[in-house]
Amino acid sequence: MRTRIPLLVCLVSGIIMFAQYFSSHPIAKTVYNGILEWWQIIFAFTMFVGVAAFIRNSLKNMRRKGEAPYRVAALVGLTLMPLLALIGGTKFGSPFLWAFDNMIAPMQSTVFSLLAFFVVSASFRGFRARTIPATILLLTALIVLIGRIPIAELISESFPKLTFWIQSYPSMAARRAILIGIGLGSMTTALRVILGIERTYLRGE
Amino acid sequence: MHVPSPLKCVFFLCVLLVLNGGSVVAADGLTDDSSWFKFDTLPTLIFSIVSLAIVLYAIWSVKSGKKFRIREIPGLKAVEEAVGRATEMGSAILYTPGWGGDIQRPTTIASMNILSTVAEKTAEYDCRLIYPTHDPVIMAVAQEVVREGCIKAGHPDRFRSEDIFYISSSQFGYAAAVDGIISRTKPASVFLLGTFEAESLILAETGNSIGAIQIAGTDSTIQLAFFIVACDYTLIGEELFAASGYLSQNESILASVKAQDILKILIALFVVLAMIWATVSPSSGWWAF
Repeated sequence: MRTRIPLLVCLVSGIIMFAQYFSSHPIAKTVYNGILEWWQIIFAFTMFVGVAAFIRNSLKNMRRKGEAPYRVAALVGLTLMPLLALIGGTKFGSPFLWAFDNMIAPMQSTVFSLLAFFVVSASFRGFRARTIPATILLLTALIVLIGRIPIAELISESFPKLTFWIQSYPSMAARRAILIGIGLGSMTTALRVILGIERTYLRGE
Repeated sequence: MHVPSPLKCVFFLCVLLVLNGGSVVAADGLTDDSSWFKFDTLPTLIFSIVSLAIVLYAIWSVKSGKKFRIREIPGLKAVEEAVGRATEMGSAILYTPGWGGDIQRPTTIASMNILSTVAEKTAEYDCRLIYPTHDPVIMAVAQEVVREGCIKAGHPDRFRSEDIFYISSSQFGYAAAVDGIISRTKPASVFLLGTFEAESLILAETGNSIGAIQIAGTDSTIQLAFFIVACDYTLIGEELFAASGYLSQNESILASVKAQDILKILIALFVVLAMIWATVSPSSGWWAF
């Protein structure tokens, strides 16, 4: 019973969600919206669990050596932002928006900007011409890199055309082959879950 | 293995088609907004039914005694090596499902299947498994999966719920937090399996900088390129979804993986047919639905 009821819920939900995709009838739309609302409610409840676990972990790990500053910063952030939103609202000019624009957004941009440096270090490792395929990869990358910059047309008019060809044909063909595999994999995984063959989410029972 | 009446699914769809009747197409040729069936989705429905039939046929073949096997996947074979390395070094293992997905995504489900095996092995070797996530629902499911892995390994006492935790729903907040965990705890092995977006390279490069063995896999072709460069093993395309069958050797799951191959052959044949047709008759466009 402990396994069969969740499996039945999964089967029925899966079939309903699958069937509603093919229908534009108001009943199908109502059922779909209803399921989405249930999902939001479940998510809201689990958010409480998640935040509670986060606070508990932060308090517990604060005693670990070197962890305290990070944990304090996390807990201050967690309490400060909702507090500012509750006190001053989220409208233009509110303390919440000020904190978001001047603290959260720059911090996010800082982490995002790290990507540029990581791309350079990853490219340096990836583009080493140690084997023939690696050399082909390096040459192709060089052509594409040069072809994407404005100066490429001054060097040769063929560069942008060659870049376009590489991206539209060999690269796209490989990408589509991977995408077909991913699509089929996603579909059979979904079917396995709906049919009850895949049960890891039920603790593998 | 008990399969709960899959034919009901096909039956339900047939009922939908019958109920549809003849009044679904409006006078102007467009589909009626309140119709039971949207005719523009017919190709999708046909492909879905064909896929379902092939998957069921493959499962039936297994039940009739046919044996399926799938090729060796280096990324999955390395799971044992990654756990062993962490155990020998006395370090932890970090497993992240990425920021991009929620629990409904097949990629997240596929990641959970691998997590189950990793959890079992870490419990067996008494190795710490850290699982930071951006989604509280994923956290709840992952806790159950890891708990079950520990029970399967015969060590329920080695389950540490505090190591499977929610961090933040913010993309770069999550990336910064996981980066910090990697830098401070220096895990011997890092698993990056799930749905990743821009944070993929940030995490993979940080893992690489501390010399961790990294196994990655995602459904984004853009992020796959980053993983191939920065990680030791990358699960490409359907390999991530085949993991469940490969690791558990469950025959029904292996059969569904085999069904994927049959479908792939059918798609390849269709592409070749459409290509020949397009060459012979360029004005025809029946395949472009």
